[in-house]
Amino acid sequence: MRILPHALVCQEAVDLVSDYLDGALSRRDRRRLEKHLANCDACTAYVEQIRVTIAASGMVGPNDLSPEALETLADLFRRFNDEK
Amino acid sequence: MSPSPAWGMFHLFSNVRRRYGGRVDDSELLTRLIDGDERAFAEIVTRYQSLLVRVARLYVKSDASAEDVAQDTWIAVLKGVERFEGRSSFKTWLLHILVNRARTTGSKESRVLPIDLTWSEGSALSKRFDEGGFWREAPVPFTEAIENGIVNAPLVALVHEQIEKLPEVQRAVVTLRDVEGLSTTEVASLLDITEVNVRVILHRGRSLVRSAIETTLQGGVS
Repeated sequence: MRILPHALVCQEAVDLVSDYLDGALSRRDRRRLEKHLANCDACTAYVEQIRVTIAASGMVGPNDLSPEALETLADLFRRFNDEK
Repeated sequence: MSPSPAWGMFHLFSNVRRRYGGRVDDSELLTRLIDGDERAFAEIVTRYQSLLVRVARLYVKSDASAEDVAQDTWIAVLKGVERFEGRSSFKTWLLHILVNRARTTGSKESRVLPIDLTWSEGSALSKRFDEGGFWREAPVPFTEAIENGIVNAPLVALVHEQIEKLPEVQRAVVTLRDVEGLSTTEVASLLDITEVNVRVILHRGRSLVRSAIETTLQGGVS
C-alpha cells in the first residue's frame, strides 16, 4: 500500500519556503507546498515576505570601506608596482 | 610601450559608462589593473574589501587577523591577476584565494565554525500558530515597502542592517548567497560545508531577517 503524505499545515509549510524559492525542493515537497499555498493566503503572504527579503538583500547596500583602509591598500598597490 | 588607439577608446567608453552611473565590469577593471591603473585597483578594492574581511572573519579569531588575510589576498591577486583566465567569475576566484589563506591562518588559530542544524522556523514562530498548526494571525505582505514593483531604499537599508546583526555563520551564508549572488554550490565549496547545510543555514538567516523586518514595519506603523 502506498502511504500518501499528509497535507501540510502552515507551521510545516514555512520550513519549506526558502528551498522552494531557490528551486531546491523535491518534486513531492514542491507539490505539497503549492497545494497548501493555493488554499492559504497567510502562507502566500509569508512566501511574499521572504521573496521581498531576498530581493532586498541582492540590492546594493551602503559601502563601508573607510578612506584609511582604502589608502593602506592603494599603498600596497604602489609598492607592488614599484617592485615589478 | 605606448597605449594603442584601442586603449583610448576603451578609457573613453568606461568613462561614459561611469558618468551614466553604470557599473564597470570586473573584467574591464582587471584589464586596467594589469596596465597599472591605480584607480581600477581602488575600485575593485572598494567593491570587495568588506566582503573579504567578513568572510575571512569566519576562519580567524580577530578583525585584525581577518584584515591581514584580506591584505594577503590582494597581494596574491596583484601577483596572479595576469594568469586569471576568467573560467570562473573574478569574485569566485578572489574568494577562493581568500578562503585558502584564511583556512591556513584559521587552522593555526584552531577555530571551528559553529553550525546548528536542528533549528526550525515553524518551532521558532510557534506562538504564531494554533494547536492545529495554522496561523493565528496572517503575516502582512511588505507592500508598503514596494514602489512600482521595486523594493524601496529604506527597506534595502533595513535588510542589510539586519544581515549584519545575524550570527556569523548565517551572516556569511546570506551574504554570499543573497547579497553577492553566489550559487549554493559555490557557497558550500567556499565555506567547506555541505549544500544541505548551506540551505538550512540560509533558511534560518532569511527567516530571522524577515522576522526583524516584520517587527520593524509593524512597529513603525502609526
